[in-house]
Amino acid sequence: MSQPRSIRVPILTRVEGEGALNIRLCGSRIEQIELNIYEPPRFFEALLRGRPIEDVADITSRICGICPIAYQVTAVQALETILGIRIPEPIAALRRLVYCAEWIESHVLHIHLLHAPDFFDCHSGIELARKFPDQVKRGLKLKQLGNRILEVLGGRAIHPINIAIGGFYRLPKTSQLTDLIPELQKALQESIDAARWLGNLPFPDFTAPYHYVSLIDADRYPIESGRVAIGPDQTIGLEIFETHFQEFQVPHSTALQSKFLGTDGASTEYFVGPMARLYHNQERLGPQAKRLADELRFDARRCNPYQSILARAIEVVHAFEEALRIVQALQDGRLGGLAPRVSSEPHAGIGMSATEAPRGLIFHRYQIDDVGNVVFAKIVPPTSQNQARIEADLRLLLEQIHRDSDPSIALACERLVRCYDPCISCSTHFLKVNIQRE
Amino acid sequence: MQKPMGKPHKPTVAVVKFASCDGCQLTLLNCEEELLALADRIEFAHFAEASSDLRPGPYDLAIVEGSISTPKDLHRIVELRAQSKKLITIGACATAGGVQALRNFADYEEFKKAVYASPEMIESLAESSPIAQHVQVDFELRGCPVDKHQLIEVVLAMGSGRRPKTSTECVCQPCKRRGTVCVVVAQKKACLGPVTQAGCGAICPAYDRGCYACFGPASQTNMQALSEGLLLNQMSNTQAAMFLQSFHPASPEFQGESRRLEESPRRLWQLQPPSRS
Repeated sequence: MSQPRSIRVPILTRVEGEGALNIRLCGSRIEQIELNIYEPPRFFEALLRGRPIEDVADITSRICGICPIAYQVTAVQALETILGIRIPEPIAALRRLVYCAEWIESHVLHIHLLHAPDFFDCHSGIELARKFPDQVKRGLKLKQLGNRILEVLGGRAIHPINIAIGGFYRLPKTSQLTDLIPELQKALQESIDAARWLGNLPFPDFTAPYHYVSLIDADRYPIESGRVAIGPDQTIGLEIFETHFQEFQVPHSTALQSKFLGTDGASTEYFVGPMARLYHNQERLGPQAKRLADELRFDARRCNPYQSILARAIEVVHAFEEALRIVQALQDGRLGGLAPRVSSEPHAGIGMSATEAPRGLIFHRYQIDDVGNVVFAKIVPPTSQNQARIEADLRLLLEQIHRDSDPSIALACERLVRCYDPCISCSTHFLKVNIQRE
Repeated sequence: MQKPMGKPHKPTVAVVKFASCDGCQLTLLNCEEELLALADRIEFAHFAEASSDLRPGPYDLAIVEGSISTPKDLHRIVELRAQSKKLITIGACATAGGVQALRNFADYEEFKKAVYASPEMIESLAESSPIAQHVQVDFELRGCPVDKHQLIEVVLAMGSGRRPKTSTECVCQPCKRRGTVCVVVAQKKACLGPVTQAGCGAICPAYDRGCYACFGPASQTNMQALSEGLLLNQMSNTQAAMFLQSFHPASPEFQGESRRLEESPRRLWQLQPPSRS
């Protein structure tokens, strides 16, 4: 097995965006492991400059077709802090509702079409649907309901058009929301069944020392607001986010990487996403999601990335519970007579916001001028933050499996990378596995 | 999976991505149950976002998402064209360069420096360009993102060798049919509906905002009349140019008109603005 070998797997599949994985092995020594993100750079932060602030939500949504709401809500919230806008409670609830819908469509897509096939040795969700037609169809129906909520509140599922600074362009009618209640009730049950289906998957035995980072939002499960949890009992405000989380460029990636800089000056990889959210917030889940997490004996402290599929399934249940709670609360007609958005006059300033995109914490900072044009934009998406952690995990995995054949190493690495639900379009992008042995 | 024997040949389809957000190919995955039905009628031979079973060409149909913006992608698109009997583009990036083509109007070197600490490590082209600028394209489906129903129609039509039936009218027509009160007339909002290709369902005016042309230029447009009659009575030349430079900045219609506006020294529209009462 110590013969020099060179292996090349052409594209990492069932992830969003394009990249490669470069591995160089010399006997049992791992000489190089690089997540080579070659997705073409699109320069969003540069092309936003000079644009009116009203364009920011529409433009940043184009960073990612799978999680446009995360970009839109984070962007408008950052701009609202500059303008001093406070959103009325029912409109804030609608923002949370549309964000829940995005969690649902994104998580259900990843669970059923991208991730689950690995546990059943299928190449695709389509192939999985031939083995498990009822389960996959149930998943597609759940996804469809997530998309429907996005359509009601956002106008369409991909790149919604209704998120505005100060609220929405137009508010839904109360009846449009109450119409969703029976479907949401049914979907909540089905999402619990879907999670139970995944509960007994054969998860590979693998753990890594994770430094989990997510928002913590008082007594709620964090979605669109909160402070940043950097340790078990330690949170920071957004004003010092950039002191602790620093982006840097590496030659093999068009996505900037990111590391956590502790108060002692040491820098480490960190991990954002559903596992991190559950680690910091499991007790804040909705009652049914919480019961389910206990029933499945899910514990993020186990630090097994393969179980992220369970974390997503639990969060889908939470998102349905939360969506149902919001819609039921809005039944009383409190949306009636409300202006769809709070108006404001532009003035110069700097504002930031962090929310929990389906794939993890996302941070935006904008500077605007007196007439309401963007002067500066900084966007830190979840996948670029996870890049360094993914590379560290691949190194740990390779230490265990370097004696295996090249195709099985490539497959195992690809499967591990998929656990993170990397969105390379977001991070800039992803994947080919190149293994060189010397 | 075992292939069923003795069945008629299913057209082989490759779904390939260049610079883009993935949203248009996600539209295929968003077809949900229709996706499973579609998979019975066509063979996804290469669809990296959905399947790890990637088969080499040749393909009956290539569905291309994304724009050309790196030297490597210039080669990839030529190779893909050579491998494909038919090639269609889906979405604003592939048909008009996408939002990333805004850099075509800017100082590209400065853009690189603004985003990357070491811009010399970045391999990309100064311009983001549509697929048709590099290879022959058999059909272009517009939209940012494309519409699900139009996409299914195009894939099925191309697979069976007929011309896809997609609308060529402008957004105003479906907007009227939808019963939306015109946001230009009633609310004096800037709206690109009159020059924008239909297909989205005229969503924005129904949500009380002007169309921002995410479906690109309609087949017959009078861009100058739009800017002088509808835009310049409420915004400056620069603002109007920027409004036109959004998701199809590299389309000849929007590019031409926005350049014309930028090069005009002052407002073109010199009459009194209409009363706002």
